[in-house]
Amino acid sequence: MAVTLEHYLVVSITLFSLGMFIVMTRRNGIRMLMGVELILNSANLNLIAFNRYLPGMDASGNIFAVFVIMLAAAEAAVALAIVLAIFQQFSTIQLDEISSMKH
Amino acid sequence: METLAWLILAFPIIALVIQYFFGKKLPRQGDWVSTGAIGLSLICSFILFIKVIFIESDPNFLFQVSYPWFSGGGGLDFRFGFHIDNLTVVMLMVVTIVSFLVHLYSIGYMHGEDFYDSFFAYMSLFSFSMLLLVLCDNLFILYISWELVGLSSYLLIGFYFWKDSAADASKKAFITTRVGDVFMFIGIMTVFLYLGKLNYTEIFEAVSHGELSGWVLTIAGICLFGGAVGKSAQFPLHVWLPDAMEGPTPVSALIHAATMVAAGVYMVGRLFPIFHSSPEAMLVIAYIGLITAFFASLIAITQTDIKRILAYSTLSQLGYMITALGVGGFVVGAYTAGLYHLMTHAFFKSLLFLCSGSVIHAVHTNEITSMGGLRKKMPITALTMIIGTLAISGVPFFSGFGSKDAILAGALQFGLEHPQHFLIFLGLLIGAGITSFYMFRLIFLTFFGEPRDQEKFDHAHESPVTMTLPLIILALLSIIGGWGLYGALWLNSSIVPPVIGAVHEAAAQGAGHGSALAHYGAMVLSLLVAFTGIAFSYMVYYKRSISVEMLTKKMGPLYQLSYNKFWVDEFYEKTVIAFVMKSRMVLRTFDNTVVDGAVNITAPITRGVAIFSGAVDKYVVDGLVNLLAILVQAIGAVSTLFQSGVIQNYLLKAACAVGALLLIHNVIMRVLY
Repeated sequence: MAVTLEHYLVVSITLFSLGMFIVMTRRNGIRMLMGVELILNSANLNLIAFNRYLPGMDASGNIFAVFVIMLAAAEAAVALAIVLAIFQQFSTIQLDEISSMKH
Repeated sequence: METLAWLILAFPIIALVIQYFFGKKLPRQGDWVSTGAIGLSLICSFILFIKVIFIESDPNFLFQVSYPWFSGGGGLDFRFGFHIDNLTVVMLMVVTIVSFLVHLYSIGYMHGEDFYDSFFAYMSLFSFSMLLLVLCDNLFILYISWELVGLSSYLLIGFYFWKDSAADASKKAFITTRVGDVFMFIGIMTVFLYLGKLNYTEIFEAVSHGELSGWVLTIAGICLFGGAVGKSAQFPLHVWLPDAMEGPTPVSALIHAATMVAAGVYMVGRLFPIFHSSPEAMLVIAYIGLITAFFASLIAITQTDIKRILAYSTLSQLGYMITALGVGGFVVGAYTAGLYHLMTHAFFKSLLFLCSGSVIHAVHTNEITSMGGLRKKMPITALTMIIGTLAISGVPFFSGFGSKDAILAGALQFGLEHPQHFLIFLGLLIGAGITSFYMFRLIFLTFFGEPRDQEKFDHAHESPVTMTLPLIILALLSIIGGWGLYGALWLNSSIVPPVIGAVHEAAAQGAGHGSALAHYGAMVLSLLVAFTGIAFSYMVYYKRSISVEMLTKKMGPLYQLSYNKFWVDEFYEKTVIAFVMKSRMVLRTFDNTVVDGAVNITAPITRGVAIFSGAVDKYVVDGLVNLLAILVQAIGAVSTLFQSGVIQNYLLKAACAVGALLLIHNVIMRVLY
């Protein structure tokens, strides 16, 4: 059986759903960032798959994927710095406990 | 001629301004300013007089000049102008001569009085107003100057304003004449309403063309005459004149004897064509004059205040003039006689007043009962006063003879032609006898006999030369001045205004014979009554062959009637004044209850409105503002629910929203394609 676009998309949606689930259920800041990485990677998979299977795409999907990887790296650096700052401020990274700006 | 007229008016008004603002600072308190100004006016008037009477010498002479003053809108122009004819210049001469002499006299008489400078300012104001009244050419200016002379009269009667009697007298004079003035105003407005004109000549022309006739003309005539009744103190508005004697004596001589009170007569003479066309108005005028002439002379018999006697005599003589003008509507010559009497009277009556002032100045009392024998102390005053008395009594060769005789002749002729009006002649004739009686009573009691108050007699002295000089000049005028005027007016020209001149000429041709008979008859009779009066007075008050006490007792009620001035003042006190006082109370009650009540009721109303508007503010306006706040709060409260602050919730909501959008998109795509 040949690997088709649909197979890639199923894997991609599974990855996205897992990432979404992690982001929504975890209260820990680090874990949430892990979920975000999963979502970004599912998007990357999509971009590459469409580049492979759709006609006339050249390498634009691949280039996008490279951009996303670069962006994910930058995001991880900034977000982890933020999480570190939050930890210094509140002595916790459980995000639901940080409510000093809540009404 | 125009320039002269302007100059005549300008001098007194300039003097008034100077005197009013700088009088106190000028040397001698500026008495020379006013006196000099009226002197200059006198010179100008004299030039004008010579020009008109002797150079022009035309009975119908009329010089008119008119300047636009202001526009009343709707083609209605108010103009200011001069109306100069023979009557004007003669009146100008009378006013300026008497005014100048009285100014001169006042320098001596008022010497050392308080407000000496104001006195001369007022005198200048009066002179100006009176000259304006004489010179003006329309009813509008006439009314203004009419009120101005009334104002100066008020100021001068109340000159001793710290005396209650003087203050009351000035108010009485002002208010009483105002009653007449209201009538006059109605008259002017009637003429204006029906003719739309104010200029004398235009009105006369319109009246002669019959544009104003019938009862309207009669009403207008009687109302205009109402002004003269007030100003010339005719019955029933005569009550103010005797009281006006509270003013300084020169004022009485100038204003209340010679000029202002004669203004009413002058006005009737000036507007004669209006009256002339209405026989009813003429009869009213004649009878009002008769009543005044007769009753005033009766009152004068028993008075003891020297100035009041003269005041009643003035009333009586004014009555003669008014009667003559009234009769002048029917009889040729009576009109001229009335105005002629106005001039002679101005001279001899101001002379009499100034003499009485000289006497009062010497003995410091007005009561003739405290005088007597003053002839020896003040020979000039005595002599001049006797000349004045002879003139007023109508003794031949004195000015009053000519004019009074002319009036009586006119009245007699009228009585002969219309026997139902013979009473006029009888009344005037008896009045003439009474006049000579009471005037000689005054002379005998003042200057002859034994002094009744030795102390006052000892202090008496002849007045200074500024006072006696005017007396002498006026005495000369009372003798020759009268004849001079007589000659100038009678022989040279007639002072009858042009419009009625023609009427008179026509009438004169028809009634030549009767007038001659009346003339000689009246002369004989008037001489007879004058000498009877003098002789009776001589017997009672000089020879004492008839006892005064016995006469008083015999005349009992009549004496009381005369002494109390026919109770006219008391009658007014009981009726008009009582009515005013009563209505004052009614009005006060009205004021207290209705007007004050209305004012007071506004307070609760305002309060109610305030409460209502407060409630509106509190519940409606504030309510709206609060509602807004509550609304915002509610929206905030609802929207807070979405702002949980939990990041996962936001994500979930975003995911749900995206899912929902996709779903909607798919459904729409399905439906459409």
